[in-house]
Amino acid sequence: MTTTVYVPCDSGALCLGADKVASKIVEEAKNRNIDINLIRNGSRGLFWLEPLVEVSTDKGRIAYGPVQPHDVVSLFDAGFLTAGTHPLALGLTDEIPYLKQQERLTFARVGITDPASLDDYLAHDGYRGLKNALILSGADIVKHVTDSGLRGRGGAAFPTGIKWNTVLNTVSEQKYIICNADEGDSGTYSDRMIMEGDPFVLIEGMTIAGIAVGATQGYIYLRCEYPHSHKALNTAISKAYEAGYLGDSILGSGKKFDLEVRLGAGAYICGEETSLMESLEGKRGLVRFKPPLPAISGLFGKPTVVNNVISLASVPIILDKGGEYYKNFGMGRSRGTLPIQLAGNLKQPGLIELAFGVTLRELLYDFGGGSASGRPIKAVQVGGPLGAYLPESQFDTLVDYEAFAAIWAVLGHGGIVAFDDTVDMAEMARYSMEFCKIESCGKCTPCRIGSTRGMEVIEDIIKGHDLNKNIPLLRDLCNTLLNGSLCALGGMTPYPVLSALNHFPADFGIADQADAA
Amino acid sequence: MTGSSPINPNVQTIIASLKDKPGALLPILHGIQDELGYIPAETVPAIADALNLSRAEVHGVISFYHYFRDTPPGKTTIHLCRAESCQAMGAKDLENHVKNRLGIDYHETTKDGVFSLEPVYCLGLCACSPSMQIGNEVYGRVSAESFDSTIEALS
Ligand SMILES: Cc1cc2nc3c(=O)[nH]c(=O)nc-3n(C[C@H](O)[C@H](O)[C@H](O)COP(=O)(O)O)c2cc1C
Ligand code: SF4
Ligand code: FES
Repeated sequence: MTTTVYVPCDSGALCLGADKVASKIVEEAKNRNIDINLIRNGSRGLFWLEPLVEVSTDKGRIAYGPVQPHDVVSLFDAGFLTAGTHPLALGLTDEIPYLKQQERLTFARVGITDPASLDDYLAHDGYRGLKNALILSGADIVKHVTDSGLRGRGGAAFPTGIKWNTVLNTVSEQKYIICNADEGDSGTYSDRMIMEGDPFVLIEGMTIAGIAVGATQGYIYLRCEYPHSHKALNTAISKAYEAGYLGDSILGSGKKFDLEVRLGAGAYICGEETSLMESLEGKRGLVRFKPPLPAISGLFGKPTVVNNVISLASVPIILDKGGEYYKNFGMGRSRGTLPIQLAGNLKQPGLIELAFGVTLRELLYDFGGGSASGRPIKAVQVGGPLGAYLPESQFDTLVDYEAFAAIWAVLGHGGIVAFDDTVDMAEMARYSMEFCKIESCGKCTPCRIGSTRGMEVIEDIIKGHDLNKNIPLLRDLCNTLLNGSLCALGGMTPYPVLSALNHFPADFGIADQADAA
Repeated sequence: MTGSSPINPNVQTIIASLKDKPGALLPILHGIQDELGYIPAETVPAIADALNLSRAEVHGVISFYHYFRDTPPGKTTIHLCRAESCQAMGAKDLENHVKNRLGIDYHETTKDGVFSLEPVYCLGLCACSPSMQIGNEVYGRVSAESFDSTIEALS
């Protein structure tokens, strides 16, 4: 009997040696005359256990990890192909608490299927949403998305259904669907995991979006830092074309949808939707003034849906199971699930998809296992490089858009980066200004000039120079950025800077909170 | 530089095959950089001609994007992540080590032309920080020692 062995092809596994492990397994099986069927799956998202090797048994999939090439011989000796015991054995994959406690809707297939196999996608409920969509009117598809309560997962949390409705109701011969796969936020990787682990779900989501609003051309704007995602997407797109899931008449419906991947070129600002469209048009990525909204006049001046990877990848399950089903997860105005990404100094960093409403503390300690260094966690940055730093006293905040807004923080794309007590928060604030300076598109003065000034002022503060003058100066600069910037790069850089200053005044050489005013 | 100076025939093929795409400039620039490692100044007039743009416009786009370069890189380019998650796991110390070991700063190339060093702001490998990328190969939980053995294998 041939045993199926899984070794992930996700970048997060590759960067820890998964390819070498895979070839060693193939070589060793050959040496021992054992037939195996090797599948390169996506990652389960338990990165401290990567490369995580799984073996198919009649009881279910059994996991071993983290596996290095030099472990392979002993795994064979221990009979891992028949669930043999071994120091790296983790038991049934689905029973690992980190996974078992999750609510995986968008990530339902990631780590389970072969991302390059359309058959595998179909065998795991793939394209059921599209089939439903093909017999609905555009307005009814949009209604499901509206009913689901889905809000954009790219950062701004704008209701997806409302955006689609605007495009649907704007008359035009040409409309576009753009998938924002720029994933520039540090501490985030859920888009990447979808693209590498289940690219068909994104393709399906975009196809449904196209059918819903009457757009026939889609673009995935992918950051060039993701070569493995690029390959995975192109493989899946060509398979979808071959099988009639893309092209002139999707599944014979007469409805057309074409899809192409376009690469960015290392500019963080091109994740901002209007800058992204400038870039797609072949220009410098300067942010556009709004209005007009992209939904009315977007790419090449046509009505355009711009959505994040996770937003679009959540659409197939909504169309499969209905908007109400999705809406039943979550709390308040944050409906459904959020794929949270644990990063930085944590023992167990990884992807956790859960309904909104979990606390930061549960994520950091119950899932994350506390810091990797064993030292106290001093601060976490949530929501990417423009997100606020939170001190321990705020770890009971719920993962919910409004709860974060209430403490002057953002959930953004769901990335959480933990720092232990060796971090210098004044240095992190300086870095935020530096990042703004490097990535500014240059269109507005506060962002272009203010970020450089901000860096200099924080450098002075770090040297202990004239704090009585420099701290108020830094606050003034932040106010100018907050109020005078065209987009959130300049407009939100004050979040990490001021939260660092307010919560960790000692790192800025200030004795207590009162002096930080 | 004139519009008629001879350019690499492969570059001409790249331009010809992509110029009719909507928003063709970035795909063309990527095509050329994939082929030559950079975008030589002498290719700019041909790109501008094909797309009905001015040379200044093409140049403006090349200089806007961090990834595009107008000078040849070393044989191997190392992209080292500087962003927050990697900082939380010691990227600063790693960065110092890398710069000392190679004897260069960011945006520089070693004298022997073997390595170029570029910063990158997140590789999406934040659960395996600190990280770097060399060509299409990705590396996670990079330490000073693992960095040294990686580049020794490459040099
Ligand atoms: C500086 C900046 C960078 C951004 N980067 C991204 C990004 O990398 N990915 C993303 O999906 N949205 C990003 N956004 C948000 C987009 O502008 C836009 O809101 C989003 O793509 C809309 O999709 P959604 O509604 O599905 O979230 C960024 C915004 C700003 C201001
Ligand atoms: S805030 Fe900065 S990045 Fe945004 S439009 Fe203004 S200059 Fe450009
Ligand atoms: S912050 Fe370094 S890989 Fe994301």
